Amino acid sequence: MSLPAIEVSGLSKRYVIEHESRHDNLRDTLHHAARKIWRRVRWGTTFEKEEFWALRDVSFTVQPGEVVGIIGRNGAGKSTLLKILSRITEPTSGQIKLRGRVASLLEVGTGFHPELSGRENIFLNGAILGMRRAEIRRKFDEIVAFAEIEKFLDTPVKRYSSGMYVRLAFAVASHLEPEILIVDEVLAVGDAAFQKKCLGKMQDVSRADGRTVLFVSHNLASIRELCDTAILLEAGSVHTAGPCYRVIEAYQHGLAGTTTASVPKPEAVLLEKAYATGVEIETLDGRPQTAVSVGQPWRVRVRFHTASSQPAFVAALGLKSIDGTSVQTAWTPPRDLAPGDYEAIFEQDRVHLAAGTYSVIIGLSSGDRGLQQFETGRLDIVGEGAQGFFPRTSGVGMVLNSMTMSVARLS
Amino acid sequence: MDAAPEHELVIEANRTERHYWRDLWRYRELLGFLAWRDVKVRYKQAALGVAWAVIQPVVQTLLLTFVFSKLAGMQSGNVPYFLLVLCGNLPWLLFTNAFNGAGNSVVGNSHLISKVYFPRLVVPLSSLAVALVDFFVLLAITLPLILIFGFVPDWRLLLLPLFVALALVIALGAGLWITALTVKYRDFRFITPFILQIGMFVTPVGYRTDVLPNWRDLLALNPLTGLVDGVRWCLLGGRTELYVPGLGVSVVIALLLLLTGVWFFRRTERKFADII
Repeated sequence: MSLPAIEVSGLSKRYVIEHESRHDNLRDTLHHAARKIWRRVRWGTTFEKEEFWALRDVSFTVQPGEVVGIIGRNGAGKSTLLKILSRITEPTSGQIKLRGRVASLLEVGTGFHPELSGRENIFLNGAILGMRRAEIRRKFDEIVAFAEIEKFLDTPVKRYSSGMYVRLAFAVASHLEPEILIVDEVLAVGDAAFQKKCLGKMQDVSRADGRTVLFVSHNLASIRELCDTAILLEAGSVHTAGPCYRVIEAYQHGLAGTTTASVPKPEAVLLEKAYATGVEIETLDGRPQTAVSVGQPWRVRVRFHTASSQPAFVAALGLKSIDGTSVQTAWTPPRDLAPGDYEAIFEQDRVHLAAGTYSVIIGLSSGDRGLQQFETGRLDIVGEGAQGFFPRTSGVGMVLNSMTMSVARLS
Repeated sequence: MDAAPEHELVIEANRTERHYWRDLWRYRELLGFLAWRDVKVRYKQAALGVAWAVIQPVVQTLLLTFVFSKLAGMQSGNVPYFLLVLCGNLPWLLFTNAFNGAGNSVVGNSHLISKVYFPRLVVPLSSLAVALVDFFVLLAITLPLILIFGFVPDWRLLLLPLFVALALVIALGAGLWITALTVKYRDFRFITPFILQIGMFVTPVGYRTDVLPNWRDLLALNPLTGLVDGVRWCLLGGRTELYVPGLGVSVVIALLLLLTGVWFFRRTERKFADII
């Protein structure tokens, strides 16, 4: 047990974004190549290439049997790290040593085929996750029981409800028996009771058999519950690593940062009407944020320009969960606006949504006709359900409890 | 469960996987499952699946017979023209299906490529299964037809598996190039039908090469010529001539295609997940 199960040293991953155009087809590429040569000959310059380091010099080690949580904001490099560890993509530099059989679970139900039955998909999915046929056969009954789909075993999964689908997918995945398990934020889907069951299963797996687990999640409560140690990634580098509680603390403290909210370039037709010029997500004292703690106040400011007078103008804010469900919308009362620059402000005393990642959608409309609608950025809501304002009277669900509750005796 | 960690895995930039072929062998079950999935999905509605595998080639055969025999007035020698085309169409369709399948395999399985590791060669390899099954369905219909026309296949029929292998090698070699290129340049998707359309005519599907001595050597440069001639020779008991130098060229080109295809695929596969 002296050698670590996972040894990551100096790991970096670079993506190159070429600004000129995207070369999805051959014609573009040939065209681009020709222009590149022309430019080099004529001007001695090349097109601007932007390098983006998804990971930069990341090093850490994980001991056998350790359960490590990986946290960090969106774009901090968590997913890239998992992809490299899973051998889906290769690093630009650095080295990883993995000692033991690795299984990674970046998605539930990878490779499920809608036309095939539940039974067939168990075998297919198992094989894709790296299980042997004999191994799947041995665990088959257990998987079916875990998923609670006995009756629908021979029904094509396209007829399954989404709950059944997710349960089946999880059931297969949670019966993997690797020595190193890599799990992305897959627990974000599925109903709460089943999530608990899966967390329980994962916990059993790691505690009982001394399995090494790397676990990415936005749900700090489950990280705290499952993990001994954690690693906080920020902008592609390790910010803090160590005991779970300390890393979570560092994460929660460091939430204020540069905003990633952005507005798209307006289309030509909008230039004569109205378009957004800036969006800020911030705390009430004006510090920009891309992550807000559960129960804390927050604000979104949308600046926009009207080029002509706009009747019954409305600015709207929407939040969508990671699976695309609209969670909350708000819009300003319709107002006739003269040409000029304006700012719409959306304020809330406390975030009452459960921890997770949400997309922030901004919409502008005038006289019942939509002008602009775009995703301005991602918002991480972090923390645990029972934090700050919210008492521990709310267990699961996307919306945290703000009801008053009491019990009175009748008669 | 495996006892001790059986091996240490090192991940590094540009590291050529030393265990690639061993890994490929280890993932043979996945290969089997993916092949089985494709076949199963294709034949799920059994009646339609089989019918589709039969109707299309039969109609095509009738059409080609009409065009080459009646319109172009080509000679069929000692074999009924219909049979000539039928036996030529069989390997051609095997190639077409296998080539199409392999060519679309990586992009068609992009959801797997971006979420799970396995030697990527598994994907094009497994796609060959559907073509092979379709081929056997068609063969099961062709053989009785040959008998009805009064031709009894002889020992040459036993060599058919070799030609099937040749068809798969050509299809896989070409398919590997196309599928790897399609990941980066999606419009290679449109090149495949184009190649097949031309191939249909420069391959002796609708005519026999031994009645065209002037063109024979030129036609032999197409590896499919040797394949089609060979299958015809197997099925019709040698009533058509097998041009051995042509077959030799075909085999050499097929192997070259496969080797370069594997080389190119291996060279690009590590970037698949980043650009797919």
